[in-house]
Amino acid sequence: MLQTNKLKMHQRLIEMINLLKNRYLIILPIVFVILIAQIEKYEQLTTSGTFGAAIRLAIPICLAGLGGMFSERTGVVNIGLEGMMIMGTWFGAWGAYSFGPWYGVLAGIIGGALFGLIHAIATVSFQVDHIVSGVAINILAAGVARFLNVIAYSDVQNSATQSPRIDGDVGDFALPYLSGGFETPNLFLKLQEYGIPFISDFAGLFLGATSKISYISLFTLSLIPVAAWVLWSTSFGLQMRSVGELPTGSESLGVNVYLMKYIGVVISGGFAGLAGAYLVLESSGIYREGQTAGRGFIGLASMIFGNYRPFGIFMGSGLFGFADALQLRSEDAIHGLLILLSLTLLVIAIKQLIERKLRNASFSIVLSVSFMIWFVISESVPSEFVYFTPHLTTLIVLSSASQKLRMPKKLGLPYKKGEVN
Amino acid sequence: MKLSLRLASLLAPIFALFVAFGLSITILYLIGEDPFETFTLMYDYGKTGKSIVSILNRSVPLYISAVAVAVGFKMGLFNIGVESQYLLGALLSAALGAAVALPSALHISLIIFVAVLSSATWAGIAGYLKVKKGVHEVISTIMLNYIGTGIIAYLLANIFFEKVELSTTAPQTNLLSESARIPSLNKIFGIEDLPNLHGFLIGAFIIGFIYYWIVWKTSLGFDLRATGSSPMAAKFSGANPARLTILAMMISGGFAGLVGMAPLTGYFFKYTTDFPSGLGFAGIAVALLGRNHPIGMAFGAILLSFLERSAQILDLYGVPKEIEKIMQAVIIFTVVISYEVVSRYVTNKQIKDASKVDRND
Repeated sequence: MLQTNKLKMHQRLIEMINLLKNRYLIILPIVFVILIAQIEKYEQLTTSGTFGAAIRLAIPICLAGLGGMFSERTGVVNIGLEGMMIMGTWFGAWGAYSFGPWYGVLAGIIGGALFGLIHAIATVSFQVDHIVSGVAINILAAGVARFLNVIAYSDVQNSATQSPRIDGDVGDFALPYLSGGFETPNLFLKLQEYGIPFISDFAGLFLGATSKISYISLFTLSLIPVAAWVLWSTSFGLQMRSVGELPTGSESLGVNVYLMKYIGVVISGGFAGLAGAYLVLESSGIYREGQTAGRGFIGLASMIFGNYRPFGIFMGSGLFGFADALQLRSEDAIHGLLILLSLTLLVIAIKQLIERKLRNASFSIVLSVSFMIWFVISESVPSEFVYFTPHLTTLIVLSSASQKLRMPKKLGLPYKKGEVN
Repeated sequence: MKLSLRLASLLAPIFALFVAFGLSITILYLIGEDPFETFTLMYDYGKTGKSIVSILNRSVPLYISAVAVAVGFKMGLFNIGVESQYLLGALLSAALGAAVALPSALHISLIIFVAVLSSATWAGIAGYLKVKKGVHEVISTIMLNYIGTGIIAYLLANIFFEKVELSTTAPQTNLLSESARIPSLNKIFGIEDLPNLHGFLIGAFIIGFIYYWIVWKTSLGFDLRATGSSPMAAKFSGANPARLTILAMMISGGFAGLVGMAPLTGYFFKYTTDFPSGLGFAGIAVALLGRNHPIGMAFGAILLSFLERSAQILDLYGVPKEIEKIMQAVIIFTVVISYEVVSRYVTNKQIKDASKVDRND
């Protein structure tokens, strides 16, 4: 009895070490971030404000990523997500301005879905190259939004690039007892105020995550398991995925390939549209040209990072949302990230040394040292650099993750009924 | 290809233009404007001498940008990053060009060389990431656009510009000296009474020719096109896809570096925060319109410039000039679709014709 228990313990230990070994590039940076946040100057890294902002900023990216997943699972590359998101922002603002916030949400979804439909017509029915069509969608969306903006508000204002301010929002709530929702005690806030290392940091995370949750965020978060369930546990999801893997095979089994692709791309547009409406209703309260700022593309990146899976996309968008939040909230904290980069590179260098990849290792060490020098000799990172933190994060993350991913087999390839390809 | 099929593929853009016109007319009707009056206004304004000079000046960088995008397209690469590539090249060459004193020809060559080199390097990053790290070039070039914008803003404000206390001058590089400026063509064409027709127009012709030569007349170009239409076949024929990808990205970036040269040496003479931007994205549209063909893209660039210029008059008559943005977008979309439809038709027809011959044998 004792023997088996010991054996089990031993096994557990090995499992944990293996987990550390495989996931050290995710776990170590998190530990580093928490350590760095103990320094007063960088405490913004882990406050509830930062995490709250991170989650708020992650929602549109997550929605775009989920949208991208539905489209790409059926084999249609969707670079047009950005354009569909632009439509979401414009229609969201217009709907909210004319009828009320919830109508804005609905209008945003419809606007995005409409452009998804255009993308589907071009790529599925006419077999236009997916990326060409996506790029054209983005151009079209920018033009349409600008034009509509002039037409729709011509009697209240004179601007091609902005809508009038929108009053009201869709409302938010906090969890009771844990974060003080519905006038109950606020446990996490208390824990955070005590300032205990690690525990307070995590309390900050949970407080940020569970207070002031907008209903759209709640909806988005609930969409993640729903999306996973639809794709992997329903026959509809199976048909959808099969179309992206082997359309000829699905066709022979009676799946309507075109219809599945249409559904996938239109859902994708609807999600991107909702993401746009969220941007307008939750973060700016106004439609502004260019306010999507590449978030559709970052969503696409989070989808690739998440390996075309809902929970992966959620993790990916969380990461990008965090980078975005830091960028907006605290330039000081970004300075702290320099040590994070330096330390992480050092870890990579050590691993490369163990694997005897001397050239790579020396390159990593040089980079690591230069980041450290930059950190020591400067007080802060120039604001121009702070602005592209999320985009740089996207690049770094993708270059370390892309090779281990598996995309749908027939992604981006045209499919025509009755043709063998 | 048979003559009838050639004609059929010429029909695609014409058909697309008709559709786009039809849609624009519908939209104008819907918002309560008279479409024909609107088009007459645009046409009349667009054909004045002043407008034609402006349209040509606008077309030049647009055309070069399209060429940059097209080099990538030919190999199946999507260089969405022309935007930051040309801006970075323009900034660095403007800063260096203002710092040296050289005889004219040498001075201009140096500026162009620096621009091409820096833009090509910046584009090369995306090529490298695709080959070594498997990051799709669409994502990486878009992210590099944002990163590039940040770096440019930083360099411009802190490195190339001496801030004077209490002064409100926007950050800018020093002016280029006379020797680095390309003269206008007005004297040659005898149109001294019109605004300047910038000398880089000739550069655009040369660039178009170089593009044609590289892509269709060199073995490198052959490999590029082969990889673009059938990566597997190209690989078996001995092309090295990794090397080609990086090279194609760098050539594309090199052309991108030339985009900023027209405004820089023609009329801006310095890099400021309001240096013409957006040309990189517009270039994608032109490349799609012109189907990556050196002459087709010239037409595309002129068409878009014409729309943009002639729409300026509309605001005076109370028609929203943003209708032009819709027309542009609709033209691009319909062109893309009709090309696809026609090229499918042509391919099918060719296959059918070929099989007929076989049966007769």
